[in-house]
Amino acid sequence: MKTFDLTQNTVRELNQALHDQSGECMEREFDVFSPHGQHNIACGLDQNLSVNIMGHAGYFCAGMNKKATVTVHGNAGQGVAENMMSGMVRIKGDASQAAGATAHGGLLVIEGNAGARCGISMKGVDIVVKGNVGHMSCFMGQAGNLVVCGDAGEALGDSLYEVHIYVKGHVKSLGADCIEKEMRPEHIEELGNLLSRAGIDEDPARFKRYGSARQLYNFKVDNASAY
Amino acid sequence: MCGIVGLYLKNPSLESQLGELFEPMLIAMTDRGPDSAGFAIYGDEVPEGETKVTLRHPEDDYDWESLAGAMAEGLVTELSWFRNANAAVFKIRAGEEQVRAWLQESAPDALVLSIGRSIEILKEVGLPEKIAGKFKLSEMKGSHIIGHTRMATESAVTMEGSHPFTTGMDLCLVHNGSLSNHNRLREVLCREGIRFETENDSEVAAGYLAWRLEQGDSLKQALEHALEDLDGFFTFTIGTRNGFAVMRDPIACKPAVLAETDDYVAMASEYQALAGLPGIEHATVWEPEPATFYIWERDA
Repeated sequence: MKTFDLTQNTVRELNQALHDQSGECMEREFDVFSPHGQHNIACGLDQNLSVNIMGHAGYFCAGMNKKATVTVHGNAGQGVAENMMSGMVRIKGDASQAAGATAHGGLLVIEGNAGARCGISMKGVDIVVKGNVGHMSCFMGQAGNLVVCGDAGEALGDSLYEVHIYVKGHVKSLGADCIEKEMRPEHIEELGNLLSRAGIDEDPARFKRYGSARQLYNFKVDNASAY
Repeated sequence: MCGIVGLYLKNPSLESQLGELFEPMLIAMTDRGPDSAGFAIYGDEVPEGETKVTLRHPEDDYDWESLAGAMAEGLVTELSWFRNANAAVFKIRAGEEQVRAWLQESAPDALVLSIGRSIEILKEVGLPEKIAGKFKLSEMKGSHIIGHTRMATESAVTMEGSHPFTTGMDLCLVHNGSLSNHNRLREVLCREGIRFETENDSEVAAGYLAWRLEQGDSLKQALEHALEDLDGFFTFTIGTRNGFAVMRDPIACKPAVLAETDDYVAMASEYQALAGLPGIEHATVWEPEPATFYIWERDA
């Protein structure tokens, strides 16, 4: 185990040490102390590492993550795990806006609440939020799953493509082209697996499913001739 | 971009440390605003019927002594004053309108930075660290303070464009964002008798709140009206003589973090600015909700 104290080391030094493991891995476990809300902590990892951040992180924490498991023992700022490819990012506290934005794969677990635009333009990531999500969550979501154990803010799933959205609590409003859908046995199973991977004890049968009505312009075959 | 910060003390025993606690918060927001910085501190209040005015002169060796003498004579009243770098704070036994009128007539080259019973605004072009040092921020005492670090976008890096702005008795706000209906609103407010010194959108927001309070609104009512009437992007931190508030617009794209302990409420654009506060590791830390305001007030 290697430790970094960000009052003694710069974020650049920490990230370099983490990137240095991407070829031959010499050290798999890293503890990061005194993050003090600094930005870009543990970004661009490309190795099966375990990184524990002991405090609040700033913007874009664990962005572009591949393979690694990053845990923030506190809150995370904007864009946590943005463009994640694989691995797992867990936030013990709250996450600010645009959590998991554009992420292609892996699992993002937020144990507190997520702010606005959670999972905006997500492209395959699985996001499980134990608390609530803010407005415009999953805007233009293309693939993957968004699970919300609390409530969702305004305009959930606006202009959605193929993301499966599961919400247990109240949805303030659905965005354009997002509708409630039937919860079939395969969805109960899928949701059960997601909750189990996230380590969250909830009954899948108590969730509702939302998805795209596929009525917007880009879903109409008649518009194909425009290209 | 810009950075905003605020600190409201719930525990009066910390008042002697207000500046010391706040200085690192302002400096932490240098990355968000390196062009100019300023702050509005509340404390050392004068009794009702008296006025406290903060003036600035471009010359560092300006003769404030003579100005004080002339003002006492001109207004036929008693006053006390002290210098702080190229600014000076005057406490005058006279009303706001009288003081304003005399200054306009007799000292037009002294810029009024703030006027009220409690507020003192100090601001300059330059890095936040330099400005904090210049005015000895760390030695200042008070009950609450709000500050701004500016990254200039809509107008030049000048003293006139530096924040924060105040337009009415003891009211001040710091703003991260941009308003889209400020020109029309400024016209409306001018007709209502609100004065504006600049073309800046944030000054219109300050003027709007001052106007609502003048109309008899409570701070809560003024902010409810502001959510209806202000259009654009904003995270505001607002100071009044006895209150402190934070408000975000419905889109909430401008960042904000709040932290509260038994001793204080602190606000910043980013958590980094709060990281050095005492007891922050046990504070309640949260992101203020969109289209929502939060108010803390002490007895008037």
